[in-house]
Amino acid sequence: MPLREHNGGLMTAVKATLVRDLTLLLRRRGEVLNPLVFFALVITLFPIAISPDPELLAVIAPGLLWVAALLAALLSLDSLFRSDYDDGSLEQLLLAPQPLVALSLAKVAVHWLLTGLPLALMAPILGIMLALPAGSYAVLALSLALGTASLSLIGAIGAALTVGLARGGVLLSLLVLPLYIPVLIFGAGAVQAAIFGEGVSAHLAILGALLAASLMLAPWAIAASLRISING
Amino acid sequence: MWAFIHKLGSPKWFYGISAKLQPWFWAAAALLIVTGSLWGLAFAPADYQQGNSFRIIYVHVPAAFLAQSIFIAMAVSGLVFMVWKIKVADMAAAVMAPLGAAMTFVALFSGAVWGVPTWGTWWMWDARLTSMLILLFLYLGVIALRGAFTSRDSASRAASVLAMVGVINIPIIKYSVDWWYTLHQPASFTLTSRPAMPTEMWLPLVIMVLGFYCFFIALTLMRTRSEILRREANKRWVQELVTGQVVKVPAEEAR
Amino acid sequence: MAFDSFSEFLAMGGHAPYVWSAWGVTALLLLATVWHARAEQRQLIKGLKRRARRANSARGNAQ
Repeated sequence: MPLREHNGGLMTAVKATLVRDLTLLLRRRGEVLNPLVFFALVITLFPIAISPDPELLAVIAPGLLWVAALLAALLSLDSLFRSDYDDGSLEQLLLAPQPLVALSLAKVAVHWLLTGLPLALMAPILGIMLALPAGSYAVLALSLALGTASLSLIGAIGAALTVGLARGGVLLSLLVLPLYIPVLIFGAGAVQAAIFGEGVSAHLAILGALLAASLMLAPWAIAASLRISING
Repeated sequence: MWAFIHKLGSPKWFYGISAKLQPWFWAAAALLIVTGSLWGLAFAPADYQQGNSFRIIYVHVPAAFLAQSIFIAMAVSGLVFMVWKIKVADMAAAVMAPLGAAMTFVALFSGAVWGVPTWGTWWMWDARLTSMLILLFLYLGVIALRGAFTSRDSASRAASVLAMVGVINIPIIKYSVDWWYTLHQPASFTLTSRPAMPTEMWLPLVIMVLGFYCFFIALTLMRTRSEILRREANKRWVQELVTGQVVKVPAEEAR
Repeated sequence: MAFDSFSEFLAMGGHAPYVWSAWGVTALLLLATVWHARAEQRQLIKGLKRRARRANSARGNAQ
């Protein structure tokens, strides 16, 4: 096969995967909305459980928002490959001549676009409800947008490993949550630094570095894990 | 080199060579751990700040070292298994995981107990203890994932991938937890960071660390042998090994 | 020797519960892993021997 055609084939396949996944997810709006509703619900629970006092809430708001967003992202992971696994299209993806690494990256990108990004955009509204101090809203959204991309990539490894298992849900969180900790530390740290009026560029740079590292390494692990889950 | 690797990969060969190596490692482990324990418990001087509670260092640090090393060893075995399809490597990885989790637990427990006389509390979100706790979850994840698959080959490959992902993340987790800790608790007392220890304090520590490593190697050899018997039960050499000891003897007695 | 008497050694300068519980749990866990590994090995070999005997006797009956 000439090289040129192969390259063209790759781009077409990636684009086709992107479009297909976007269309499918947009048709099942419930699946897209669930993590967002979950995010809002968890945030509602905390003032009820702790105290409605705005001063107290403002102190814990960065951590709360980050933890709740992280859990919402985790919740959405199980469906990342599940329906494709059930209807056999994941197997088709594996059989495709194009590298699975690129195709799985496209799938993760769609996942982030429809969970991570909406969560990041929604967080400032919930921040208002938690009396998050002014001046940290943009940082909150930005850190979440950067961070959830890493979360989607790392989480996809766990989702790929557990997709073939009947009850993978709890196992998935056990596998993935410990790996989320660095992202949580620097994400929540960025918001905290913004509140204290410190520089946030270092935090955001590290979040970016984490994203770059997961972009480089995670797709390989995702592809290998998908192969194990399908062929095993 | 290649011949050697593939020879090492043969369960039968490994079963034989490990039988010869095993006693030496057990002996070294017993000798080193007994010597280190006596020295550390009874002969090393008490710490000028912490008094005798400092003696917990002689179990805490070796366990913590081992906990981290075993994860790395597990990931390396996983890599060897994935790249060269050497089954013994996966068997070793499978038996390493529970010991690693046990060592992580020992490090956590001894750290928590040490915290009572030092910090006045059973648990402190100290950087070292926090990363140990995360390491424990990583171990539990690998063990649970291996147990979740019905097909042994899938379980092995999945656990290998997870161990490799985990080992890449361990330094990142460690640095971010350290960074997080210094941010929130700038000037506090860490258990094991101290100005240069006198020789009679660190020498028993080195002996204990070496002893724990020998223990790890000896136990891994022993349990890998069991794992070989379990997985290769239907192979002829295993049956010969077993019947060669049992079936012939009564036959000779009957004659 | 860091201690003057055996009772002082046991008392660990007032830190006895901490030192001995940390050391005790460690020792217990190490011994338990060794015991478990031994029991595992014995059981496996016993099971394999039993299987070999059964296979042998089946062959004997067939003859």
